[in-house]
Amino acid sequence: MKQLTLPLTPDERLFLRAGDVVSLSGVLYTARDAAHKRMVEALASGAPLPFPLRDSAIYYCGPTPAAEHEIIGSCGPTTSARMDAYAPTLLDAGNTVMIGKGKRDKTVMDAIVRNKAVYFAAIGGAAALIKSCVKQCDCVAYAELGCEAVYRLTVENFVLIVAVDAHGNTILQ
Amino acid sequence: MREITQQTIVERFSAAVDAALRRVDAETVAQLQTALRNETNEHARFALQTILENDAYCEKTAAYPCQDTGLAVVFADVGEDVCCRGLREAVDAAIRIAYKTARKSAADPLSRSNTGDNTPAVLHVRLVKGDKLTLHFLAKGAGSENMSRMYMLPPSRGRAGIVESVVDCVKIAGANPCPPIVLGVGVGGNFELAALLSKRALIEPIDNRPAPDLEREILSAVNATGIGAQGFGGTTTALEARVLTAPTHIGMLPVAVNVQCHSVRHCTLVL
Repeated sequence: MKQLTLPLTPDERLFLRAGDVVSLSGVLYTARDAAHKRMVEALASGAPLPFPLRDSAIYYCGPTPAAEHEIIGSCGPTTSARMDAYAPTLLDAGNTVMIGKGKRDKTVMDAIVRNKAVYFAAIGGAAALIKSCVKQCDCVAYAELGCEAVYRLTVENFVLIVAVDAHGNTILQ
Repeated sequence: MREITQQTIVERFSAAVDAALRRVDAETVAQLQTALRNETNEHARFALQTILENDAYCEKTAAYPCQDTGLAVVFADVGEDVCCRGLREAVDAAIRIAYKTARKSAADPLSRSNTGDNTPAVLHVRLVKGDKLTLHFLAKGAGSENMSRMYMLPPSRGRAGIVESVVDCVKIAGANPCPPIVLGVGVGGNFELAALLSKRALIEPIDNRPAPDLEREILSAVNATGIGAQGFGGTTTALEARVLTAPTHIGMLPVAVNVQCHSVRHCTLVL
């Protein structure tokens, strides 16, 4: 299994192939439907973004609340297709790693190749396992959205599979 | 007439739902284990192993198997000889308590503002014989529910049309509903009854379902699509197809397909 640390360099992204299983460590940001809508609106209006997009990793996830003694609750991936309307804009603005589940549309596939980005699949419904690789979790924006807010996660050994590589290859049927 | 108080319903049902949210149905786990034994695609095996590891971890730690703890779907079968005044309020109160530490996913469809406590439950009440109240609960996440579909077929499409419709639904769904999936299929009735049957097939343990041959035919056609676990390919797109039927109009053949992910979290409480 490849061990990788975020942010990924262009070389690391170009080296990955669809189907590769990787263990990812570093900082990523959660965002799902509502947060994506707001970020794209912020880009259009020049308003500040919740985190620097350049070489960022975005995880499509709305966690369950943390129990008292825990950092985060269960935090598996949500369906990526719902973010397809926004993802090309974010990729063109510097985002290079996306993590979610399920297929992407053609506009996203093209934007992945154009920006040498990578789309990783986390295993949907394996949310409790994923929680144990989150070492830190801070809400950085849109707190009023609850589970849909943007959380900055520091992860260690988050096991993922390359679903779409920077060359546009995919394992998704 | 026998009476069940709101307090009894709230206490017993909230405890049952809380426990159900924290573990995957044992029968589904057994089906996943069988799927792993039969699967040869390495990516799909990785997915199945991860899922089984997750479910075993939750069995031990009572963590939520999936972050999407769903909308609360409740089928209440109320006996004709039992009085449960305030059932609606009691069910919602139980859901509110059970979801205290779970994710609150219920939102207004237009403003998208979250209701804050995962109520109201999606409640369906049915009158049955006897003096018992039976509550079936299913935590229904968006990933799979969004991929569910309704087909109003002409009767000429027949049995082949039913199978083709389910396969069409599964192909459009692809990896989105977190395969391996379980399929609830409602055949007959009318528009809303077919949909209700498809959900009932998922929520209620029913022995002697009416169409075992059709279920096998659907399962084999669905698993021939090659979508596989998490859409990674292989032979395990669905674990089971459960068909319920009802008489329909001479001019109709409704087919409702309710898609359920592998994280089956449900319970049945009899009071």
